[in-house]
Amino acid sequence: MFVSHQKKKGEWLVLTVIAFGLLVVVPLLNLVPGEESFLYLSDFQINLLGKYLAFAILALGIDLIWGYTGILSLGHGVFFGLGAYCMGMHLMLQIGDRSVYGSAIPDFMVWNRVTELPLFWKPFSSFLFMSGAVIFVPMLVAALFGFFAFRSRIRGVYFAIITQAFALSAWLLFNRNELNLGGTNGLTDFKTLLGFELADPNTVRGLYIVTVIALIGAYLFCWWMVRSRLGKVLVAIRDHENRLRYSGYSPAAFKTMVFVISAGLAGLAGALYVPQVGIITPSQMGVLPSIEMVVWVAVGGRGALYGAVIGAVGVNWARSFLTTNYPDVWLYFLGGLFMAVVLLFPNGIVGLVQQAQRWIGRRFS
Amino acid sequence: MTEHGSIIYVEDLTVSFDGFVALNKLNFFMDYGELRFVIGPNGAGKTTLLDVICGKVKPTKGRVIFGRDSDISTYREHEIAHLGIGRKFQTPSIYLHHTVRENIELSLKQDKSVWATLFRRLSSESEDRIEAVLDMIGLAEKPHQIAGSLSHGEKQWLEIGMVMAQEAKLLLIDEPVAGMTDHETEKTGILLQTIAKERSVLVIEHDMEFVRQISNKVSVLHEGQLLCEGSVDEVQNNEEVMEIYLGRG
Repeated sequence: MFVSHQKKKGEWLVLTVIAFGLLVVVPLLNLVPGEESFLYLSDFQINLLGKYLAFAILALGIDLIWGYTGILSLGHGVFFGLGAYCMGMHLMLQIGDRSVYGSAIPDFMVWNRVTELPLFWKPFSSFLFMSGAVIFVPMLVAALFGFFAFRSRIRGVYFAIITQAFALSAWLLFNRNELNLGGTNGLTDFKTLLGFELADPNTVRGLYIVTVIALIGAYLFCWWMVRSRLGKVLVAIRDHENRLRYSGYSPAAFKTMVFVISAGLAGLAGALYVPQVGIITPSQMGVLPSIEMVVWVAVGGRGALYGAVIGAVGVNWARSFLTTNYPDVWLYFLGGLFMAVVLLFPNGIVGLVQQAQRWIGRRFS
Repeated sequence: MTEHGSIIYVEDLTVSFDGFVALNKLNFFMDYGELRFVIGPNGAGKTTLLDVICGKVKPTKGRVIFGRDSDISTYREHEIAHLGIGRKFQTPSIYLHHTVRENIELSLKQDKSVWATLFRRLSSESEDRIEAVLDMIGLAEKPHQIAGSLSHGEKQWLEIGMVMAQEAKLLLIDEPVAGMTDHETEKTGILLQTIAKERSVLVIEHDMEFVRQISNKVSVLHEGQLLCEGSVDEVQNNEEVMEIYLGRG
């Protein structure tokens, strides 16, 4: 008891230090040192880190549903995409007459001979509406999907397969020009958000800070959830769903709830991703990105919240590093990594560290 | 137990799986406060009977009446659990990654909605209740042990404790002593007798010595029907029973 209490304290200390570093130290390293200093972080690096941390929010959601509840979803790219498109639509409407055609409606619509802004686009000119939609639209879709899937007791590999089919159909749908969301090219060429120029270094830093705050908030929220009795119920679903049912719980309600929450986190991640990266296309919400998201969590370590964060940031950093320096290697690396996780360290980096700690403990105590 | 009459009444119950008839127009009832054993050869339909009562299997035909409630055979599993029927499975069914205490805590009779599990804290009565159950099943010394690391016998007791924590009026217990040592079997017998003082208990068992040790009334199932009922001696001297257990050699 005493040991685990001490360990928890240490864990929080480390997490606080990291949060402080991300929130305060990183932006200062961008502002204070001169560009020649080895401590200097460029706007580009800040922007990349902001992107990774947005992915980390999504990874937290996948950890909730997969790591804690044991439900493998291969469709979280869709929820990420929905949040991203909601934000993208708002950004498109901010372009105004600075677009190529100088029209009040987005360029791709002019190109597709749409003359009037479609009805479903209109509310997205409001920042407030968009802020709610980035979370609630994915949550609503997940609630519908989850309600029917979990009520019908679709489980395990069958659930994974239908979520994959779901990702595929969403990808096909968003590729269609008729949907009026830019087809294959998606939404891009954004200029401003709330009047701030997206290209301005101050805006880049601001978006980064907002992402860090969102990640801290998401982390605390997930932590609060998993340490409540609900968290114990989630793990119980993973370990023995039937027992739970005969103890008087309705697993379907809990599964739907955690699926919906993780979809909301994915949507939030998508919304933070778009202004930092400047484009959203259907290729970011299909089957492949959905699988990649699961790999992040597997690599970091399932069932530990910080494992999801480590995985999302680590794998995406490796991706940036490899695609810049050794472009041919990336896909082999990703595939190899996933196989290594499955075969050699099933509990990810977190599990590997714990194993090492135990080994050292046995050797030297 | 102040209530009288039958706690469970199974009427004209038929269950068939793709043509295989597991229960065939079975009529069965049990009174409040009884500790009843059900025996019978493999395939007699014993486990299916428990599965129907707890909602795991839906009957092809027939009714299941619990206490004063009407037919519960169409209810869903967690609804039946809320009415007061607890199920202990044959192989230990516990949450392996939770501690002993957490296993009991999750099973306690309480509001089990998503909302309540997220916001409500455990009341002090619940804490006492957990202690009491741990005491009864003999695991009071190991509340913080991970359930997966318990011995086979301890896992079985833990699951019995979980069903007790649920405060079920009727406990359905499937072969509790299978795979236990003699000492563990004896402890389990005492535990079942203690539980039966406050609740009705329906136990499936193969071990006739164990049945003789603690039971007053035994029902024999054979090919999905009730063959006979009575004390252990009556049942063991029944010719039909002797035939199905020994006759076909």
